[in-house]
Amino acid sequence: MTLLENRSAEIPAPREITTKPRRSDQIFRAVVTIGGMTSLVILGLIALFLSLKGISVLRVEKFTFITESKWEVLQDAEGKVAESTFGLGAMLIGTFLSAFIAVIVGVPIAVLSALYLTFYARGPVKKLLISLIDLMAAFPSLLFGFWGFIVLMGSAEYWAKLLNKYLGFIPIFDVPAPIFERSPFIAGLVLAIMIIPIVTAISREIFDQTPLDRVQAAYALGASKLAMIRAVVIPYGRGGVVGGAMLGLGRAMGETVAVYTVLNVVYQVNWQVLFGAGGNVASLILLKFGEAGPEEVNALMAAGLVLFLLTLTVNAISDVLINKFGKKGR
Amino acid sequence: MTQSTIPKPQMPWGTSKAQRMATASLLVLAGLLAGAAIELTGLSGKLGFAAAYFFFASLVIFAQQLQLRDLAAAKDSLLSSFALLAMTITLIPIVSIVSTVVLKGYKGIHFGMFTNDMTQASVNDPVQAGGLLHALVGTIIMVGGALIVSFPIGLLTALYLTEIRGSLARPIKFLVQAMSGVPSIVAGLFILSILVIPVTQELNGLMGSLALSILMIPTIARTAEEMLLLIPNELREAGVALGATQWRTVSGVVVPAAKSGLVTAVILGIARIIGETAPILLVSGGADALNFNPMSGPMGSLPFYIWKAFLTGGTEEAYARAWGGMLILLILIMVLFGLARYLSGRRAV
Amino acid sequence: MTVTESSNNDNNMEKKMQTTTPSSLASVAGNREQRVPGTNLLGTGLETRGVHAWFGTKHVLSDVSLDFAAGTVTALIGPSGCGKSTYLRTLNRMHEFIPTAALAGEVLLDGQDIYAPGTDVTKIRLRVGMVFQKPNPFPSMTIGENVLSGLKLAQIKKSNTDELLESCLQRAGLWNEVKDRLGEHGGALSGGQQQRLCIARALAVEPQVLLMDEPCSALDPGSTFRIEQTISELAKSMTIVIVTHNMQQAARVADYTAFFLSDGGPGVMVETAPTSKIFSNPSDKRTEDYVTGRFG
Repeated sequence: MTLLENRSAEIPAPREITTKPRRSDQIFRAVVTIGGMTSLVILGLIALFLSLKGISVLRVEKFTFITESKWEVLQDAEGKVAESTFGLGAMLIGTFLSAFIAVIVGVPIAVLSALYLTFYARGPVKKLLISLIDLMAAFPSLLFGFWGFIVLMGSAEYWAKLLNKYLGFIPIFDVPAPIFERSPFIAGLVLAIMIIPIVTAISREIFDQTPLDRVQAAYALGASKLAMIRAVVIPYGRGGVVGGAMLGLGRAMGETVAVYTVLNVVYQVNWQVLFGAGGNVASLILLKFGEAGPEEVNALMAAGLVLFLLTLTVNAISDVLINKFGKKGR
Repeated sequence: MTQSTIPKPQMPWGTSKAQRMATASLLVLAGLLAGAAIELTGLSGKLGFAAAYFFFASLVIFAQQLQLRDLAAAKDSLLSSFALLAMTITLIPIVSIVSTVVLKGYKGIHFGMFTNDMTQASVNDPVQAGGLLHALVGTIIMVGGALIVSFPIGLLTALYLTEIRGSLARPIKFLVQAMSGVPSIVAGLFILSILVIPVTQELNGLMGSLALSILMIPTIARTAEEMLLLIPNELREAGVALGATQWRTVSGVVVPAAKSGLVTAVILGIARIIGETAPILLVSGGADALNFNPMSGPMGSLPFYIWKAFLTGGTEEAYARAWGGMLILLILIMVLFGLARYLSGRRAV
Repeated sequence: MTVTESSNNDNNMEKKMQTTTPSSLASVAGNREQRVPGTNLLGTGLETRGVHAWFGTKHVLSDVSLDFAAGTVTALIGPSGCGKSTYLRTLNRMHEFIPTAALAGEVLLDGQDIYAPGTDVTKIRLRVGMVFQKPNPFPSMTIGENVLSGLKLAQIKKSNTDELLESCLQRAGLWNEVKDRLGEHGGALSGGQQQRLCIARALAVEPQVLLMDEPCSALDPGSTFRIEQTISELAKSMTIVIVTHNMQQAARVADYTAFFLSDGGPGVMVETAPTSKIFSNPSDKRTEDYVTGRFG
């Protein structure tokens, strides 16, 4: 006992190792650190300046800016603004609606494609497919929008009519008038096609990291590929895939040009996904911006702020999920 | 142990000829069934046939596996059917997009388009009139400007994450990720609110560059970080062990070693923003005339050229013009992408 | 030197290995009750004829013919890279898991070639179980679920799974340690316990043959001892093939030992014999050099 105590008394405290960096290194570290902070500064400035511009509108509208579905600017005889009401409600609904359609349609396809790439495709075919999907992720949204408008619209309309015919009794598949073109459904399909490459790439990376020893253990127990995937790959990759899906959701919610081109952007609440009217926050900004007066510009800034905070939240959740489950796994 | 003749390597687990024949005949059978379904039921068209074909093909293979092996194997065959279907669905848009752009776009391509702008022509004029010189020049200037802003910031961010590895590395990584999710229209609104409305009160190319750089920085930072992480630590230690300062080591050893990786980062950054439309529409306006000065007046760009022809036109000529511009844009993106692939592939060797 | 002592002093194993004479290893081997092929009524066992293996164009294993009689324990020994693990993986078709792998020859289980066209590979792996070098329980499953995972994976219906669960854990020598915590996750166990959990998992599908690829190399001496006890127990009811780097272990657990060697080219099986003979009176000079610690 005494021996132990004596010993512990003899153990010295660890020395502090310090060094005086040379001047060039001090400068180097300072510059790099400042550079590294830029993303923080930019994100902060975005929130700050959109708030500064939008505050006048937000102060008047308060919470109804989000809940109310009315976006009106009434002008008097001289063309001056007499009265204005700004509420994002309908466009927020539209944003969620089209983004959810995209996720519901796109994510299963993306995850199954990722399974195909990881566990079925081999050799040069696999390499080619991966390159193609990465390339598709780099296509501009303008391209997806025009392709959706010109090429996809016809067949999407056909599917929309089928859905309406057989599932029309479900309220969201009902339509007030037989206008199936340029509907949230079709916009959702275009968004789905846009997020498929992103979600596929993330899911594939996560599936690729599945620990090999677990995969082998499952096969050695007589598992088929399906049984192995269910027992090993899904439990391991679930969180990361959900994160990837959230990332896709964020992309779909913030998309402007593709939605603007495909969807018939009208300011109205439209739950009926097959009916050709609707919009999302981003497309509203683009639509109204051209002829907006100063007050309406401020309202659009506030709308931008809402969109910014929304996508930031979704992205943050997705980032946490991907990092928590994707890198370490369980 | 006498060395007898070595037998030929075999892969008895591969699909045998008999199995292939069986699968092929099942697929033919599925085709016949799908054809019958089209004839006899309400299904119609190519899409209807494709859906019916998939349904019957997975069904007959399921039945075959169930008969030859067991339920587990049959269910397993269903997963492979669905995975293949999903992969096909993923590929259809990309094939369709590229072929549409090529087929519709080549009509809009003519030699004069690289020497003319749109001052003398309207979008509805015959395709031979006017061109996209101004758009090309505008895009190059704006992307170049964005690059000048983004590359240093992106590189410094990457260096902070890989070389300094300070206590803020994790939050910064998170913020870079968050920044990559900023909707492009928000980037445009931001530049509008911080610069255009209070300061310049004019739409010009510089504003476009700045808006684009907000979208470009995260791409460059993340790719550059990945590339710098590939540089082995021994190289850094070797530099420091020679008594070099960290600044000397990074600037003299690490960054040069990652050179082609950093070029890849730049290329991917350019590919990310070259087709961006929404912020350009908000802050750089759009012009039909050649404008070399990013500090004054609206500036045209490739996305704007396409956008305008597509939305304000309505005639065959306007569409051809738009698709022609799209083809040029797509070629640019593909070249950039191929270049990035080539560079990163070469580095891996 | 008794069995228990040597396994508890595993740290000194390297040193001892240099000094052990073949006769002392043989005496360890002699402690085991000798089993003769064909005396057990457990089927005709596993047999390989002229097995070659390749990875891509690299020929890694040449012409191995071995007979694993039912109810025996066979150890495969040899220096690293001699192809013994590759050979082991050809026995339950885990070899083809590697994309460029190729093979020639026959592996007969109860007289039938497991590589014959039309064979269901999942059924083969149910009959020939495997335990890996590193314990690899499924982390998303509880201890109980892990043991029964083979049934779920191969979609086998069993009525009294509780009984099966207990008997598998009993045979793997883990029951007493985990019977009160079957609902905990497998990752909560120690390395040795995890490895016995993996053995229990392999037993649940009732294989005829159990392959073990260096099952103790990642474990401490105490756990190694427990696993060796388990192997001896299991050998009463199944055929076991174990790859090991540890010659003491081969001497302790195996009825037969096969020595593999590669001279830079493909690995070959130099010699197979009852374990005591390999360690006391090997017929090949190279075997003698290896077991006396002159190389490897």
